[in-house]
Amino acid sequence: MKGIELKNVSYQYPLSEAFALKNIHYTFEKGKFYGIIGPNSAGKTTLCNLVRGLIPHFYEGELSGDVLIEGKDVREWDGSLLSTKIGYIFQNPFTQISGVKDTVLEEIALGLENLGIDKEEMIERVINVVKLLKIEDLIKKNPNNLSGGQRQRVAFASIIAMDNDILVIDEPTSQLDPESTADIFEIINMLKSQGKTILLVEHKVDLIAEYSDEVLVMENGHIAYSGTPSDVFSNIELIDRGVAIPQAALLSHDLQRQNKPFDFITITNEQAKQQIMKRMSCVNGSY
Amino acid sequence: MGAIELKNVTFAYPNGFIANENLTLSINSGERVAIVGQNGAGKTTAVKLMNGLNKPTKGNVFINGMNTKDKTTAQISSYVGYVFQNPDDQIFNSNVKKEIEYMLRYLKLDEKEIERRVGRAVELTGIQDFLHMNPYDVPYSTRKFISIAAILAIETPYIILDEPTAGQDMSGIKALTTLMNVLQDEGKSVITITHDMEFVSDNFSRVVAMANKQIIADGTARKIFWNHDVVKQAKIKKPQIGELASDLGLSEDIILRKELVDLLINKY
Ligand SMILES: Nc1ncnc2c1ncn2[C@@H]1O[C@H](COP(=O)(O)OP(=O)(O)OP(=O)(O)O)[C@@H](O)[C@H]1O
Ligand SMILES: [Mg+2]
Repeated sequence: MKGIELKNVSYQYPLSEAFALKNIHYTFEKGKFYGIIGPNSAGKTTLCNLVRGLIPHFYEGELSGDVLIEGKDVREWDGSLLSTKIGYIFQNPFTQISGVKDTVLEEIALGLENLGIDKEEMIERVINVVKLLKIEDLIKKNPNNLSGGQRQRVAFASIIAMDNDILVIDEPTSQLDPESTADIFEIINMLKSQGKTILLVEHKVDLIAEYSDEVLVMENGHIAYSGTPSDVFSNIELIDRGVAIPQAALLSHDLQRQNKPFDFITITNEQAKQQIMKRMSCVNGSY
Repeated sequence: MGAIELKNVTFAYPNGFIANENLTLSINSGERVAIVGQNGAGKTTAVKLMNGLNKPTKGNVFINGMNTKDKTTAQISSYVGYVFQNPDDQIFNSNVKKEIEYMLRYLKLDEKEIERRVGRAVELTGIQDFLHMNPYDVPYSTRKFISIAAILAIETPYIILDEPTAGQDMSGIKALTTLMNVLQDEGKSVITITHDMEFVSDNFSRVVAMANKQIIADGTARKIFWNHDVVKQAKIKKPQIGELASDLGLSEDIILRKELVDLLINKY
């Protein structure tokens, strides 16, 4: 089922001559996990602003083409209704924290308070996300006294507590240690299995390859490549375009160059592992 | 004595929370060190001790033999440059060029020298196109490079980068690598906090791992990544290739792709 449809969409920010987005034609289906990658300034954040209705509701500028959210034109959506439908997690966790609350617990409850959710349910939801994000030991702290990564986890918790159908997430792990990063990907995957639509902007391509259903590569305001992780990441050309590919794919290409290729271009560690084990058992078996 | 020396340092924030406990660390002139470890371990707190933003609650910090307790933060900042984790905590001018020049004007350098230093810092960070913009109108990743340029311009012998890799794309990571190489060629010490394990294995031989307020390991990248207890406690991971080698049960302490490729070519 269609969640968000972009039909020939172009956009220029006010006072800007360049197109921030150019001829975007793409359909995001409900319940799928989309990984959005590409160099900085390629238009990833603008794309996020578009699908969550900030363009045209907040940003002026020139928008052409159609943006349909659940079949209805974004211009016809009520801005505040749209923000309850689509949750957005900022790239910079330092700006997401409101700064008006004295404890992390209240900070997480703030969004729910604004939605007018009743107290009992609010408490239940807050407790659930606190457990999910493993931030029990932070709840009494002042949000302004958190480390960078602690802030990012709190910011993430406050958004998923809102339980939106569509989540647009801009680099949620940029400040996180590797273990917490893996946890966040697991959580996002779980949200997907609950039927939520996920649009995730990330530089960590190894994890994108492992978790996403579809990958979009943005370049100069347009979608340069899209497809399954295998389709996209087996393409070594990406590197020349300033786009990283997973280590497993690089390994595959290195071996191919030395005339010892795997059966196919691996894009995850699991695939590479299977290929190497196959090779090891051949060698060991010949003794 | 090392250029930067922490001796049994404990640090508590004004609200009484102890964020660093009994840190002892010595970093030499010209050395390059990565600091890794779990969120909230106390990495940022620790490096702020090195540039005098934080003063020890217990123990002592020495920079070139000077005790930071006897000096003002301004005095220490001409030896140790610290690039904040959050660029927005550092940047306060409404123009990029002004931001980079700010400290140089404060130091009353002449115009020619200011121009030279700004030019060099801008070149190293690749922010030429943004000089006349407002720092808040540029993307986060660029803003980080602006905050780096402002510190590089001060030309301190010791430079601390707090999570410069966060949010950087491939070219940003490359720019950071080049920048660190240039600084090292000039004999400067560079201390970098990062959660990017590939960046660590590609660029650092010495790694300090922190967990739960303390330094739990200090050694080569290879030693740290293949020490199971350290990896677990510090909530880090091996670089992807190291993970793969470990999953395959390879006993060689592989952390680089080239090492795995060579092994596969030669043995399998
Ligand atoms: N101003 C403050 N007042 C009180 N406690 C603080 C303050 N700043 C940080 N802390 C606490 O000190 C501990 C260490 O924080 P620090 O910022 O040094 O961590 P870090 O290792 O840099 O983490 P990250 O990887 O998330 O940036 C954390 O538990 C944090 O909540
Ligand atoms: Mg920090």
